[in-house]
Amino acid sequence: MNDIVRNVGLFAIVGVLILLTGFLQSWNAALLILNMGLISAVMALGVNLQWGFAGLFNIGVMGFVALGGLATVLVSMPPTTEAWAVGGLRVMLGLVLGAATIIAGVLTYRTMKPGRARAIAMIVVLVAGFFIFRAVLDPGVELIEAVNPAATGYLGGLGLPVIVAWPVGGVLAAGVAWLIGKTALGLRSDYLAIATLGIAEIIIAVLKNEDWMSRGVKNVIGIPRPVPFEIDLQNDPGFVERAAGIGFDPVMASTLYVKLLYAGLFLVVLVVLLWLAQMALASPWGRMLRAIRDNEVSAEAMGKDVKKRHLQVFILGSAICGIAGAMMTTLDGQLTPSSYQPLRFTFLVWVMVIVGGSGNNFGAVLGGFLIWFLWVQVEPMGRLLMDLITAGMADGYWLKEHLIESAAHMRLLTMGIVLLLVLRFSPRGLIPEK
Amino acid sequence: MSSDPYGDRGNKDVSVANPKGTGTAHPVKRGGSAHPAPGGPFLIAEGMTGGYGTGPDILHDCTIAVEKGEIAVIVGPNGAGKSTAMKAVFGMLDLRAGHVRLDGQDITALSPQDRVARGMGFVPQTSNIFTSMTVEENLEMGAFIRTDDFSDTMEQIFDLFPILREKRRQPAGELSGGQRQQVAVGRALMTKPKLLMLDEPTAGVSPIVMDELFDRIIEVARTGIPILMVEQNARQALEIADKGYVMVQGANAYTGTGKELLVNEDVRKSFLGG
Amino acid sequence: MDLLNAFVSLANYVLIPGIAYGSQLALGALGVTLVYGILRFSNFAHGDTMAFGAMITVLMTWWLQSLGVSLGPLPTALLALPFGIAGCILLLLATDRAVYHFYREKKAKPVILAIVSLGVMFIMNGIVRFIIGPDDQRFLDGERFLISAGDFKKMTGLEEGLAIKTTQVITVITAIIVVSLLFWFLNRTRSGKSMRAYSDNEDLALLSGINPERVVMLTWVIVGALATVAGVLYGLDKSFKPFTYFQLLLPIFASAIVGGLGSPVGAIAGGFVIAFSEVTITYAWKKVLGYMMPDSLAPDGLVQLLSTDYKFAVSFAILLIVLLFKPTGLFKGQSV
Repeated sequence: MNDIVRNVGLFAIVGVLILLTGFLQSWNAALLILNMGLISAVMALGVNLQWGFAGLFNIGVMGFVALGGLATVLVSMPPTTEAWAVGGLRVMLGLVLGAATIIAGVLTYRTMKPGRARAIAMIVVLVAGFFIFRAVLDPGVELIEAVNPAATGYLGGLGLPVIVAWPVGGVLAAGVAWLIGKTALGLRSDYLAIATLGIAEIIIAVLKNEDWMSRGVKNVIGIPRPVPFEIDLQNDPGFVERAAGIGFDPVMASTLYVKLLYAGLFLVVLVVLLWLAQMALASPWGRMLRAIRDNEVSAEAMGKDVKKRHLQVFILGSAICGIAGAMMTTLDGQLTPSSYQPLRFTFLVWVMVIVGGSGNNFGAVLGGFLIWFLWVQVEPMGRLLMDLITAGMADGYWLKEHLIESAAHMRLLTMGIVLLLVLRFSPRGLIPEK
Repeated sequence: MSSDPYGDRGNKDVSVANPKGTGTAHPVKRGGSAHPAPGGPFLIAEGMTGGYGTGPDILHDCTIAVEKGEIAVIVGPNGAGKSTAMKAVFGMLDLRAGHVRLDGQDITALSPQDRVARGMGFVPQTSNIFTSMTVEENLEMGAFIRTDDFSDTMEQIFDLFPILREKRRQPAGELSGGQRQQVAVGRALMTKPKLLMLDEPTAGVSPIVMDELFDRIIEVARTGIPILMVEQNARQALEIADKGYVMVQGANAYTGTGKELLVNEDVRKSFLGG
Repeated sequence: MDLLNAFVSLANYVLIPGIAYGSQLALGALGVTLVYGILRFSNFAHGDTMAFGAMITVLMTWWLQSLGVSLGPLPTALLALPFGIAGCILLLLATDRAVYHFYREKKAKPVILAIVSLGVMFIMNGIVRFIIGPDDQRFLDGERFLISAGDFKKMTGLEEGLAIKTTQVITVITAIIVVSLLFWFLNRTRSGKSMRAYSDNEDLALLSGINPERVVMLTWVIVGALATVAGVLYGLDKSFKPFTYFQLLLPIFASAIVGGLGSPVGAIAGGFVIAFSEVTITYAWKKVLGYMMPDSLAPDGLVQLLSTDYKFAVSFAILLIVLLFKPTGLFKGQSV
């Protein structure tokens, strides 16, 4: 009982912080924090599933989030028919050949006896396959990227409703997670951390470079939205009237309304995932996971396939991150590959999970909101602090300028300090696992 | 465990953490000092009660003593706390009650390093050599606290275990089980200890090697170094023991000279197989 | 066919940059592998430690330059390097006291220390950006080339030029000196051996009278020096930008793992394996092949296997391949 009061209190504090933002700064800012907080909470839920419940160290969250972003483009953007006509088939064929090469490599590895012959055969298969793959793919890519490069220059998507992209993002992330998990958890020792770190960088590199797929650093803008455009609302007399009825001007009302709609959608996803996560963990499957985590040796002795469970939970957690990534790109309305930074999309999520409470889903959600709030608000607070510190210094004094200019970098510093303080004084997080 | 905020959640990722893990000892902290406590045996660990970290007590009011020039042997069933008692004597865990006195000094508050400096040498049961280092380096590490020239001590050890002289440049991890035990004992002798503690020195070696090791241990004892030893091969150990302790569930069950215990009806029935 | 020109071109674009980059990675990986061997965790703050040490060196270099101090043809940064090393070591020792020490006392599992190092990473990253800002900084001075491409052409009469940058030579020489010192220390001195002993068997080291806290302190001192040297050499050769150092974490970890985590020899081998694979696979081979093949067969395209943006993918692929065949890395069992 006491715990429940405490936990509700903690959530209430975060709620009050967001409300304060609304009163003191602007309601648009408050809703923006809320929306990204919801998305962060979903990400934290995914990582918590992996770390909190299975002790898996995934430091490639960024990659899965980016895959979700890619999914939104592939699902919701209209197809570029001209690009498909000039090179679509060729690129598809190239991709199939690429996949075939990898499969052939794996088959060679599996069927042949260990030894030098196998190593050479595998290298030959992979290298030959790579050149064939490039030979087929490259001309197609060139043709596609030449199609109206300023506006398209890529294959586009399927033109489906953007909401469809959310589960698709999850599936895409799950697929890649399966590949990584199969490899990294299947080696004689477990190398998941470095594998996820590497794959995440590779995914970002692909997004940045494969213009035919994601327009690379030219970004994909104007992704369809699941909610009305503000401008349409402002031109809708019915909406303007209703807004006026509650004392809002149409511009303000439309921006808030749109954000609230997003918040509603995200909240539904978060609640569903949270409910699923709670159900899963109370189920025999979840109990088995925890049994493995707390005593792998005896769990293994009892005949539970530890690797299989780990693979499952890794895929599920990554899928959740993929869904969150798709939601985020939907909210942004554009895919910006260069905006994916590991500190922001991998390590910050880790801070959320640890601060919230590893192993507790509600803790992860709380951490998501709280840390996101801090991430956004530390900058203005830092500036305020620097203004205070430098108040006595003359204008134009180098230290004053330097300090004010550097206030923006307080963010990372603060996140580190928060993480270390929680690890030190409340190592089980704000809402500890029961 | 979920209740342990500093646990690893079963993580086995070698790209995050070294699978060797950190040490298992919960040593007595540095900075403690000894104070005179004259009288009594050369070494006596009296009324030891304690366990690892915040875990449950493994030792319950356990007492062990050795006189100068003696061999004392601790025997008992698996899990009786014999190794724990040895570690406790050496300060590898914090005692909740009891005292350790060595040569007229109370050393309960001393860290393991300080106990080494006061002349205690300890050969643990497992992982008792530096496998990646050469035999010679192992011995050098044994003499780590010595600042004087220890080449003659090393020669003495090579005389005691001639095979080690031959293999001095080989990594100790490449040696056979018996040779590794010789390295382990040699390492502990490098400080010229006033007391040698051996935790199952014959574990996992063939019977022939075992006999040879026992001979060497007796040889060491003849030089005047008292030996405190835990042994699985209770009968053979008690035969060479001046004093024997039978431990059960972390407490003393029987105490006597080696011969007394060998003829004791209860001890024979329970621990020596009739 | 013109093998000589082909070789010169290869040396110019692949061999020399590869050796320099390999040395930098090797020094970085040595730091990671030492912490892994002795403190038992993967230090995610290592990239930012390198950035910190390099930053102090950059600031000192600027100060020395403003005083008019210079080393002539050599970069002034070499004079500033000891200050950078000292600053970095102080930071690491302070961090250990304030942060890591507590968890050792608590007997925390190494994974927890790795998570703690994430917090340290954020803080160091923040400090560096706070002090010097996130932008590219130049601090290189002195003679830029030991041999410039033009001079080389004039000297040899070859069509292809070979440029050797001063920084590349300095990188290699410094790396050789630092690595020799390190190996001498680890294998020949009492303190170095005590570090290896501790890394091999912590409990037994304790029983031998080795003071664990002293070993840990020594480790941080060495790691601080290695990280600063690696960071400064990388900064001189490329440029100093905090974020690039953070990104170096992946190739550095890949190097350490390819070589076998905990093994210093492995870290060096791993550094060169990763560096050469990256450079080779992302290099456009058109020129070299052009010299080697008859005109009729000369390649049309750039013959670049992968775009340079995929260099991380290369590190990673090599890592995967090595682990498939040697699950513990190239140099297993030769721990610190």
